[in-house]
Amino acid sequence: MTAIDIDQAPFKVSNLWTDQKSRGLLIQIVSLILLLLFIAYIANNTMSNLKLLGVETGYGFLSEPSNYDINQRPIEYDSRSSHGRAAVVGILNTMIVAVCGIVLATLLGFTAGVLRLSGNWLISRLVYCYVEFTRNVPVLLQILLWHGIIVHTLPLPRQALQPADGVFLSNRGFAIPWPQLEPAFWAVVVAFFAAIGGAVWFAGYAKKVQAETGKIYPVITINLAMIVLVPVVAFFLAGQPATLDWPALTGFNFKGGLTVKPEFIALWFALSVYTAAFISEIVRAGIMAVSHGQTEASYALGIRPNWTMRLVILPQALRVIIPPLISQYLNLTKNSSLAIAVGYMDIVATIGGISLNQTGRALECMSIVLAIYLTISLSISSVMNWYNKRVALVER
Amino acid sequence: MAEQTAKFAPGTHPDLKPPITSTGAIRWVRENLFSTPTNTVLTLLSLYLLYLIIPPLYLWMIHDAVVNAASRNECQDLGSGACWAVVRVRISQFVYGFYPVELRWRVDLAFVLLVVALVPALFDKVPHRGYAMIFTVCYPVIAFFLLWGGLGLEPVESSKFGGIMLTVTIGVSGIALSLPLGILLALGRQSNLLVLKVICTCFIEFFRGVPLITLLFVASTLLSYFLPPGVFFDLLLRVLIMVTLFSAAYIAEVVRGGLQAIPKGQTEAAQALGLNYWRLMGLIILPQALKISIPGIVNTFIGLYKDTTLVVIIGLLDPIGLSQSILADSKWQGLSTEIYVFIAIFFFISCFSMSRYSIYLEKKLHTGHKR
Repeated sequence: MTAIDIDQAPFKVSNLWTDQKSRGLLIQIVSLILLLLFIAYIANNTMSNLKLLGVETGYGFLSEPSNYDINQRPIEYDSRSSHGRAAVVGILNTMIVAVCGIVLATLLGFTAGVLRLSGNWLISRLVYCYVEFTRNVPVLLQILLWHGIIVHTLPLPRQALQPADGVFLSNRGFAIPWPQLEPAFWAVVVAFFAAIGGAVWFAGYAKKVQAETGKIYPVITINLAMIVLVPVVAFFLAGQPATLDWPALTGFNFKGGLTVKPEFIALWFALSVYTAAFISEIVRAGIMAVSHGQTEASYALGIRPNWTMRLVILPQALRVIIPPLISQYLNLTKNSSLAIAVGYMDIVATIGGISLNQTGRALECMSIVLAIYLTISLSISSVMNWYNKRVALVER
Repeated sequence: MAEQTAKFAPGTHPDLKPPITSTGAIRWVRENLFSTPTNTVLTLLSLYLLYLIIPPLYLWMIHDAVVNAASRNECQDLGSGACWAVVRVRISQFVYGFYPVELRWRVDLAFVLLVVALVPALFDKVPHRGYAMIFTVCYPVIAFFLLWGGLGLEPVESSKFGGIMLTVTIGVSGIALSLPLGILLALGRQSNLLVLKVICTCFIEFFRGVPLITLLFVASTLLSYFLPPGVFFDLLLRVLIMVTLFSAAYIAEVVRGGLQAIPKGQTEAAQALGLNYWRLMGLIILPQALKISIPGIVNTFIGLYKDTTLVVIIGLLDPIGLSQSILADSKWQGLSTEIYVFIAIFFFISCFSMSRYSIYLEKKLHTGHKR
């Protein structure tokens, strides 16, 4: 045999570099060593700095009293509560503004996206102007602008605007009626979740029946009626366990009801309006991505327009819309950290702001804040990856 | 009827004018504004909305606005609209921050040179583009010495930087540094080498997972822990590093999308021709991938430019930071709306022109068939 046997070739050090496999291995080993050295260097520096400053480390401070107040507290909290509880209040406040913002931004964004595609020249231009103006101005500035408008142009509580009975708009915030829940209210909550479970079951059942016999139930109507009616019936059966609490002016401020602070409103509006501009572009792109041939083919098969929308266009448009939509939701959540600019006490302002300044535990406080945001982001993005895999086009 | 047909032989009837409702402006209005009942309602609603917004806005911004006044009270005496006097009086502060007055020519020069350096990089029909690009490459060094001093120029501390100048400094250096870093990260994430891939993925996911403001807090509070004791460096520099890393992570994801869109056949063909990794990437894959990712990259740049406003929260004096010190002045108290609107207009102009440029570039680089 005259074939060249590679294993027999004499070994040279330069082969380590010219051979692709060993070069890859070499690069990986070197970069791993460099990374470890870098981490060790930083850890070493941090240790010696902390020793030099004589700062205690550890998360023990979380159970010490915080000595500061938070103006919006979804759970019991006062200045004697611990730093840990302040962090929880901060997380809840972040969640509240994120969820409210996501709901409003979705409504606004979908409306704007559909209107932008409308054949009406005027309205599509108007929406275009809205989108370009809001997208190209920093969201921090928009938050400050909304805050300025609420604080400077709305009247004092005494002369509060009253657009509807029991709703007061003033520069101290918006006061609205709010239900006071009695313990028996849990029956309504249980009924609500039971109704949702029933709706899911019914949808599956209707699908099965349709597949077997071709009979079509009006699933959406029945399910909506069920989800609305069952809790209402439960509410009356349980003896109306909630009363509306009306706000009233006492002295310089409102008592009763729910007073939504100007900081929250400014943050909520600004984030929603800003994110909605991006969402409207996503919705527009998603609808335009479904080729017109799909609609025509569906009509040719004799499918009615609203069924075409539901069964042919929307499923395809959503595949394009949902991934960027979720990353916009994530952006909104991350942008809610700008709350600190108007004094809304979110997670960055509580544990990453006041607690950090009071205790000087920069390392611990920032690690908590970073860990919380990372948890939110990574869990949402893993859900998104799962969805992407599920709806991805299956090709060769 | 019979008479009319008699007058003209078949085919000789002169063309009649189309009905007036199907030509010109009337047709356009009918088709675009009142084509269906829904459209009519929408048109009327938006006209009403415009009526609600435009006249008061015009009165406030232009008609009743005051430009020449020395304080807010004087403004209120002169007119009921916006008090632009605050912007006019403080404009130099808005532009230069607290940069020493006698040295401000250096900022102006740096800005003019920035425009000169950008033109050959942005447009390809510039005469002698090759030589001009040499200047573009050298520009960062020139700008550094002009702004911070050195080489015989009087040094200026970066704590004196402020206003629009600070925004542009952070924005432009962040953009210039994050693009190459982002491309490298994207290549690393797509690499076959497991260790590099894991490092790059962790880096990207970390920086994309946290808000910029927390990173800026890390820069201002924590970074000094990570350096050897006794070593300090400038807050502006620390902010620049964080902003660059942050937007590099986003650019990496955009570029990765572009890389994934290139068919594998391109890689295989290039390998068959015997190109090594860097030539394969530099000559074949990246030019195509970057072309696809232009809209995303420019969007990231616009995001970075807007995010420069966040530095106000850690105490740097960008336009918003300056506005807070101006609002604290008893002469101009309560004029936040005017100042914020002014800053908003500045950002709108810069970001909007960036997005227009990206559309131009997309059209220019579009080599496929237009449909």
